[in-house]
Amino acid sequence: MTEAPIIDVDNLTTAFGTHVVHKDLSLKIYPKEILALVGGSGSGKTTLLRQILGLDRPRAGIVRVFGRPVHDYVGAERVALTHRWGMLFQAGALFSALPVFDNIALPLREMRNLPEDLIREVVLMRLSWMGLTAQDAALMPSALSGGMVKRVALARALALDPELLFLDEPTAGLDPQRSDEFVELIRVLHRELGFTVVMVTHDLDTIAALATRVAVLAEKKVLVEGTLEKVMETKHPFFDAFFHGERAVRAFGATNSKDTDHGKS
Amino acid sequence: MALTSGNASTPVLSGASAAAVAPLVAMDGARCRVTGNWNVQALAVKGEVRRLKQALAAIKTEGGWDLSDIGLLDAVGAQLLWRQWGQKIPAGTALTEGQQALFQILADHPVSEAPPQNATDWLAWIRAIGVGWFVVGEHGRKLLLLLGGFVLDFFKFLANPLRGPWREISAQIYRVGTQALGITALVGFLIGVVLSYLSAEQLEMFGAGRFIVNLLGIATVRELGPVLAAILVAGRSGSSITAQIGVMRVTQELDAMQVMGISHGQRLILPRVIALAIAMPLLVLWTDAMALFGGMLAAKWQLGLSIPWFISQLPDAVGLTNYRITLIKGVTFGIWIALIACHFGLRIEPNTESLGRGTTASVVTAITGVILIDAMYAVIFNEMDI
Repeated sequence: MTEAPIIDVDNLTTAFGTHVVHKDLSLKIYPKEILALVGGSGSGKTTLLRQILGLDRPRAGIVRVFGRPVHDYVGAERVALTHRWGMLFQAGALFSALPVFDNIALPLREMRNLPEDLIREVVLMRLSWMGLTAQDAALMPSALSGGMVKRVALARALALDPELLFLDEPTAGLDPQRSDEFVELIRVLHRELGFTVVMVTHDLDTIAALATRVAVLAEKKVLVEGTLEKVMETKHPFFDAFFHGERAVRAFGATNSKDTDHGKS
Repeated sequence: MALTSGNASTPVLSGASAAAVAPLVAMDGARCRVTGNWNVQALAVKGEVRRLKQALAAIKTEGGWDLSDIGLLDAVGAQLLWRQWGQKIPAGTALTEGQQALFQILADHPVSEAPPQNATDWLAWIRAIGVGWFVVGEHGRKLLLLLGGFVLDFFKFLANPLRGPWREISAQIYRVGTQALGITALVGFLIGVVLSYLSAEQLEMFGAGRFIVNLLGIATVRELGPVLAAILVAGRSGSSITAQIGVMRVTQELDAMQVMGISHGQRLILPRVIALAIAMPLLVLWTDAMALFGGMLAAKWQLGLSIPWFISQLPDAVGLTNYRITLIKGVTFGIWIALIACHFGLRIEPNTESLGRGTTASVVTAITGVILIDAMYAVIFNEMDI
């Protein structure tokens, strides 16, 4: 790919105390792709996401987002940057003191100057788009099921139509049907809105259905990156367990290509 | 289709005049051309949406709309156009494939009209008073149940003390007692100094300077020491107990304990109540001692009373009865604070706001209760002539 990367992680080293998580990790993410970050538990996938979002500071190396180091965005520039991305946290991270409606309206209200009736229409449209009803809008997050939390969190992440969407374990905790629906939802949104997706996932079905490129985190760096087929051909103990284990055969057995429709179409 | 006359190709509206990206609606012949950026960033300029709405409302076009030169269009901008179009794409409108898809989504997910505002309820305040009483009654009932549960757990503990939660009790005593020594000492000492300093002046006027020992002794040991220590502990440990149990509700730890058959009463409430019942009287004594120490120093500066004399006079002035009263108050306040903190902690719902409210309510109730109990003790001891 010759296009300029939207995210450029350059020789990143992360460590907590003496525990090194990433060592000279480099990764480029290009516009409009869906990149899946995979790796065993504790391989630093979520930590990498936090580095890209600028929530943590690396010990060494640079993370560039939209061409500039993420920690160089300060003040109004940082605010403008946050309008260009959205993040779906693993547990949703919905504001528990606010009902569903206000959770989604919050980023729009933070823009200032948008009239409340327009915000209302946009929020209700998004809820309906995520398969939720206007009655759900009045619920508090504690009254939502796991699948609904994910949908509301996705609606909030998409509230400002971001160019860049981060998903941390988007299908974790959902039943297979909900999970398939959620994957389908993201795929339709990606096709129609054309954003870039960086997702951390353990779920092979999700990778098979969504990812245009896979990056495998192991041994403190990106061990392999490329299409799913290419990654699966790599010889490494981790891949044998992860991509060729029993679960993988189940997930990839019939549909070993992401062109194949996954779940319902 | 007839050409619309007059204002053809006149910009109906422009945003910030120089910026090429500002959203714009303009007539171009029979067609209405929409240009500029129609995304949330461009629309979130003060007054922009209102102006665009007026401009859109003013347009009566027969020739359809042309969106081909639009810069960025997102769901917010599309929603604005969509509403003005009356929830359908006007005939003869040129859309790119992406725009078509976007408006198709809007068409698939119509938004209902805003529900009418409920009429103002003029009698709401009367209802609020009634509800308030019910809430108070509910709190009282729950608190009584909690106390009963604690008494039962305590008897179980006495029947089989070896199986009791000793580690938790010891940890709690350290947390609510040992770690509170610094702050209670500081506050007690300062209050002692202030009290002694102020009363020394008055007493000296009557030449009764040496009665400062009686005044300080009775006031601190009987009233001030216990109440001061209780207020500090309620703010310090009461709030932390409530918050801790509350977060356990949020993180489902309370549910996990129930599933494992571990009783909240035995593992959470019993150790905390016992720990405060043990630590509180000790803290009260400590506060008393510090207040008397501060008062003694102030009396030496102000009245020149010697420290050995002050100490020798103390036993006569205070007496064993007052010493017992201070201990009884300490135990009662400790149990009260722990029960209130646990009560509000267990009532917290799994959201952040409830956590904040619960902690506040816990501290306020604990302190108010301490002062009420203190007043009750004053009446009781007075009737008993001690």
